[in-house]
Amino acid sequence: MRYVDEFRDRAKADVLIKAIEQLLARMKRDETRPLQIMEVCGGHTHSIFRYGVEGMLPKSIELVHGPGCPVCVLPMGRVDDGVAIAERPEVIFATFGDAMRVPGSRKSLLQAKADGCDVRMVYSPMDALALARRNPEREVVFFGIGFETTMPSTALTVLQAEREGIENFSIFCNHITIVPTIKAILDSPDLRLDGFLGPGHVSMVIGDAPYEFIARYYKRPMVIAGFEPLDILQSIWMLLKQIDEGRCEIENQYTRVAAREGNSIALQAVARVYELREFFEWRGLGSIDHSGVKIRDAYGRFDAERKFAVPNARIADPKSCQCGEVLKGVIKPWQCKVFGRACTPETPLGALMVSSEGACAAYYQYGGVKRGRDEAEASVA
Amino acid sequence: MNMISFPSRRSRGKVHAPTVTLAHGGGGKAMKDLIDDLFVGAFDNPLLAPLDDQARIDLSSLAQYGDRLAFTTDSFVVDPLIFPGGDIGKLAVCGTVNDLAVGGAVPLYLSCAVIIEEGVPMDFLRRIAQSMAVTAQEAGVTIVTGDTKVVNKGACDQMFITTTGVGVVAAGVELGAHRARPGDAVLVNGLLGDHGAAILGARGDMALRAPIESDCAPLQGLIARLLEAAPNTRFMRDATRGGIATVLNEIAEASQIAIEIDEAATPLRDEVRGFCEILGLDPLYLANEGKIVAIAPPDEAAAAVDAMRAHPLGRQAALIGHVTAGEPGRVAMRTIFGGRRIVDMLVGEQLPRIC
Repeated sequence: MRYVDEFRDRAKADVLIKAIEQLLARMKRDETRPLQIMEVCGGHTHSIFRYGVEGMLPKSIELVHGPGCPVCVLPMGRVDDGVAIAERPEVIFATFGDAMRVPGSRKSLLQAKADGCDVRMVYSPMDALALARRNPEREVVFFGIGFETTMPSTALTVLQAEREGIENFSIFCNHITIVPTIKAILDSPDLRLDGFLGPGHVSMVIGDAPYEFIARYYKRPMVIAGFEPLDILQSIWMLLKQIDEGRCEIENQYTRVAAREGNSIALQAVARVYELREFFEWRGLGSIDHSGVKIRDAYGRFDAERKFAVPNARIADPKSCQCGEVLKGVIKPWQCKVFGRACTPETPLGALMVSSEGACAAYYQYGGVKRGRDEAEASVA
Repeated sequence: MNMISFPSRRSRGKVHAPTVTLAHGGGGKAMKDLIDDLFVGAFDNPLLAPLDDQARIDLSSLAQYGDRLAFTTDSFVVDPLIFPGGDIGKLAVCGTVNDLAVGGAVPLYLSCAVIIEEGVPMDFLRRIAQSMAVTAQEAGVTIVTGDTKVVNKGACDQMFITTTGVGVVAAGVELGAHRARPGDAVLVNGLLGDHGAAILGARGDMALRAPIESDCAPLQGLIARLLEAAPNTRFMRDATRGGIATVLNEIAEASQIAIEIDEAATPLRDEVRGFCEILGLDPLYLANEGKIVAIAPPDEAAAAVDAMRAHPLGRQAALIGHVTAGEPGRVAMRTIFGGRRIVDMLVGEQLPRIC
């Protein structure tokens, strides 16, 4: 398959792995601990596990799987609100597929569907708008989730609904923004990260500039990375090169998609439709200032939270959950007390077990449950 | 349970109504006409024709095929009922035929129980019955008994079919999920995931049109060739719901062995790969309706692949991996990129990823 297979070339991977090993060998660094690199985005986490990238890297590199899975970090209270909207008889609740399994305090959308709610899986907010056109007697609500990657498509759908004068369509807006969250992680006192792989598709929208503070004030390098396994290896190599040369910059590996200045049309649509919330609640990380957006007053009639009263209750994360520490790289998923016991993909307690892009679910599914034991075996052998 | 069986009056009835109504399940003339016209007409055979409460089969006629009876049942509730490459009728025959064949049985007889929602067009029902008849002929099985129920609108989604099958296992054929041994080869008979992708595409809610047809096919012929070429085959299973990933996990668990497959050797259609790339699905978990996973001893693996490739339903058969002495129950995959990952049982349904 063109434009895909080229980026999964095993021979090229071997070349990059060698280059990474050579760099590591000559680098001056604290050899008592591994270099910790955080991939911010859940799409990267998925690729890393899907292709077994982590196991190909030298042991002195540790990948820390970041908070960039929008499905994972959706808090229970917001899922409850979504379910409450879906339970209204006039509502068709349209959602991306993987948001359906996220547990609320009462039930997930999947359970709500089984209980008779009209929950439809869509692949784009435009599909939800089409549902509204086809069902003028119903109220269609789109579950808007995701970072800057999906934010513009939801905004453009609102603008399209306005142009067409469609009144039975609204957004339950849970869009979040990644930069304040990276800042919150960098501000954490137990932070150990040595560098970041930047989220390629978010960057496609927002460009490089919003990350500058990471290099300037926090003195951490970042490489904006694509999602194919070769992209990830090359980005790690670029990051090591920065560390080796004592540089702290925002570099872009994903130039074939992400332009330096971002996408101005998408940014205009985003600015027109949304404004920042004072704060937004993240599963696993708590409340983070200015980390979410809501729909502006001018488009209030497309805002499901104004159209329908929602309970808007805050539900605390389970106490036993250590997602926050995993997210910051303080512990690995399998070191969490409840990993694979009380917390599994079937009955997730924490954010990172919720979607296949979450670090814990990825470990559980693709080879982490018994990882600790494997490593012990490997060291004996 | 009060089973309504085919009534035994002998003049063959004819249906005139354009749609199925509750009267067609009421046990009276309308029902007799429906059964006569649509089912008896299509399945035409001397065992079914008397429309007694049961089909009676000579034991001696069974014994010529082997020394054990194989007996299986399956229900079919596919949405949509007609999809690229097949329909619920074809599926209902293939599914049960394949469940018999993978056990090493020669499939012989099927029953067919149909639950129909009132309002289903008669022409549609006729088409499904015809499809079952054609597929049964292709599979060398006879549909010898059946049952028809009509339910209120909303009580079922147009049509459900249950088929039960009887076959005979030849003496000496011993297959079992617990028989895999380290060194054995893991084989498949062709391109994976076609059925799952075809169904998802046909539902239309993905807004993706892909020219992918279901692989739905009766496999008794292919399996017979495979068993001739590799008589010590350890086990076979058709990789339906849950895909080959699920079957491999079941084998690893039952045999207490590990399995390692090679992604580069796993046959996939480009269209299915593309479909999975776009939706964020894993083809290893997509359903198949004409694909088996077979475990063959090392010295018979090549012959087994050759035998399958010589059959029209096995042209792209491949050796995709091996049984190993690794951690019992674990299935792993060497990725095309050179990494290694675990292929676990799926938790719940595969859901498309957001981005």
